[in-house]
Amino acid sequence: MDDKENFARPLLETRGLSRAFGAGNRVVRAVQDVDLAVYPGEVLGLVGESGSGKSTIGRLVLRLIEPSAGDIVFEGESIAGISERKLKPFRRKAQMVFQDPFASLNPRLDVEAIIGEALDAHGLYRGARRRARIGDLLEMVGLPASAMGRYPHEFSGGQRQRIGIARALAVEPKLIVADEPVSALDVSVQAQVLNLMQELRHRLGLAMILISHDLDVVELMSDRIAVLYLGRIMEQGPAADIVAAPRHPYTRALIAASPKADPDATRVPVALTGELPSPLSPPSGCVFRTRCPHAQAVCADQVPVLRGEGAHRFACHFDLAPQSLG
Amino acid sequence: MESAPLLEITDLSVTFRGEAGESTPVRGVSLSVNANETHAVVGESGSGKSVTSLAVMGLLPKASSRISGGAIRYRRRDGLTSDLAHASDGEMRRLRGAEIAMIFQEPMTSLNPVLTIGEQIAEAVRLHLGYDRARAKARAVEMLALVEIPDAARRADDYPHHMSGGMRQRAMIALAMSCNPALLIADEPTTALDVTIQAQVLKLIDRLRLETGMGVLFITHNLGVVAEIANRVSVFYAGEVVESAEKRPLFHAPRHPYTRALLDCLPARAKRDENNRRILNPIPGQVAPVKAGCGFAPRCVHARAWCHEVAPALEAEDGRVIRCHRWQEVA
Repeated sequence: MDDKENFARPLLETRGLSRAFGAGNRVVRAVQDVDLAVYPGEVLGLVGESGSGKSTIGRLVLRLIEPSAGDIVFEGESIAGISERKLKPFRRKAQMVFQDPFASLNPRLDVEAIIGEALDAHGLYRGARRRARIGDLLEMVGLPASAMGRYPHEFSGGQRQRIGIARALAVEPKLIVADEPVSALDVSVQAQVLNLMQELRHRLGLAMILISHDLDVVELMSDRIAVLYLGRIMEQGPAADIVAAPRHPYTRALIAASPKADPDATRVPVALTGELPSPLSPPSGCVFRTRCPHAQAVCADQVPVLRGEGAHRFACHFDLAPQSLG
Repeated sequence: MESAPLLEITDLSVTFRGEAGESTPVRGVSLSVNANETHAVVGESGSGKSVTSLAVMGLLPKASSRISGGAIRYRRRDGLTSDLAHASDGEMRRLRGAEIAMIFQEPMTSLNPVLTIGEQIAEAVRLHLGYDRARAKARAVEMLALVEIPDAARRADDYPHHMSGGMRQRAMIALAMSCNPALLIADEPTTALDVTIQAQVLKLIDRLRLETGMGVLFITHNLGVVAEIANRVSVFYAGEVVESAEKRPLFHAPRHPYTRALLDCLPARAKRDENNRRILNPIPGQVAPVKAGCGFAPRCVHARAWCHEVAPALEAEDGRVIRCHRWQEVA
C-alpha cells in the first residue's frame, strides 16, 4: 500500500469532484468535493446508502455525465473538460459494468452483436478475428463460445451479467467501474460472479471501482474503501482497517446495521435514528450530524475535513474511542 | 409450545397454468407458525416462498393458478379453524385485515395513493373494528406513533407520495397493525430499504410481535435478516422445504447440503485460496426445472445416482426436518 502511495501514479484521480443537479433553489448537490484515487490493478470500493452519491461518482469518472466542478485525471491527463473526440482513447481504457443485466443488454441483438459493437466502436479485431475474439471473451467469463448466437432472454441473470462483463472486457480496459454488479442476483449466483470478477481482475491486472450498498461485498472485493454519505466522503482507507477499526460514526453505524448471517453476532445497539435528510437542504457543517449520536455545536458550524494518519482518513471533528466490533 | 399452531400449512401444492402447460412452483410444503413466533421462510428466486405467502393470503391469481393439494389451517380468534386453502372469497376478506395482515416490499402495493395515510388507517378500523369516525381518526394517529413516525398527528394528513421510502414502510406497517392482527405475513418488507432503515424496521416488527403476541411469517432472501429476526426458519429450494429448524441449530449446524452451501457462499464466509486471495464457495449452476428426484441434486456436490431419480421424503430429527437422502452421511 505504502509502496503504491509513494511510487505509483494513480490510474485515475479526482480532485474536488462535485456535481449538482437542478437549478435555482432546488439544487441537489449529489457529489461534493470528492478526492479519490485508484491505482493500477487496485479495487476501490465505494459504499453508502441511497443518496450517498456513489453511483453519480461512477458516472462522473467515466464522463457519462459532466462534473459541475473539480477535475478528473486519468493516467496523468485531465479528462474533465476535453471533447468527446479527444476522449476516445479514454473510452477504450475505462469501461462500465451495470447493475441490471436485464436492462443493460439490447434484447434485439444476439450476444455476438452485443460484444461486437464494443469492438467495432474502437476498430478492434476486424474481419475473421472478430468471431474468435468474441468466443475467447465468452470463455473467459465462463460461457461457451456457442453462446454468441443466442439472445439475452435465453440467459439467466447470472449469465447475462457474465455477458455484460465480457462486453466491458472486449476492448481491453485498464479500469472497470462496476455499479452494483451483483445486487440483482441470488446469493448463490452472486458468489459465482464475484469469484469471476476477482479472477479476471488478477489475471488481467484490472483496476476497478466497485460501487455497492453491500458492505460485505465491498469488503471482500476491495483493497481500499471510501464510505460516502450525502455526496461526501466520510471515511476512506485500507479495506481491512475501515471494517475492523472504523473511525467515523457513520461507518460504525453502517457496520452495526448491516445484517450478519450469524444468530450470535454481537449486535452493537447503534441503530441509527432518523432518516436521510433531504438532499435539497442538507445539514450545515457535517452532513451526518442530524443522525449522529456524537454531534456537538461545532458539527453544525464547520465542515470536517478528511484527516488521519497514513492512508486511513476520516471526516469527523472528534477522535472517537476505538471500538471493537467483534 | 403445547397449544395448536396459529397457522399450519400441510402438504401445500400450488399449480400454475401457462402457455407451456402446467407447472407446480410449490410442492408439498408444510410449515407452521405459532403465536408470538417469527417463522422465516428463506430462499432464492423461484423457490416458491412468495407463492406460498400469496396462497396463505388467498391472493393467488385465480385465472392462472390453483391450490392443487394440501391445507392451510388457520386458528381463528373465536377458537375455530378455517382452511384458507378452501375458504370462500367472503371469508378470506373478513380474515384479511381483521385477523391476518400482510406487508410487502413495495408499500405502494397496499397504500392507496389518493387517500392520506390517516384516512386509510381510519377506514380500515371502521370497517374491521366498527370504530366511529372520531375514534378511528384517533386510532390512526395512535398507530402512526406506534410505528415511530415522528409528529404522527401531522403526518396522518400526508399522502403516501409525501413520505420517504422508510416512512412509507412504517405507514404500511401501521395500516397492517391497526386491526390487531393475530398473524402478520411479511413478504420481503425491508428489501428495498437502506440498511440503517432496515435495522429500524426489523426492530419495529420484532417489538410489535413481542407486544401483541402475533405470529409472523417472514419471507426473505436475506440470511442476515433471518439471523436477526427469526425464531424458526424454513429453507425453500425449487418449490420445496428442504430444511426447517430453530434458528441457532440451522445456522450453526445446517443439515441439508443446500442450507450449508447457501451459508457458505456468503461474502462473510470467504476463504483464502493458494494465492492468499479471498474467494467464495459458490453453488455451481443455477436453479433448474425439477424433473425427477431431489430438486437440488443437479447442483449438489453430494448427489448420487438415486438422488436424481428418487425424490427424498422429509425426515424429522431433533426438532428439525430435512429433505435429503444423504444428510446423515454428509453432515
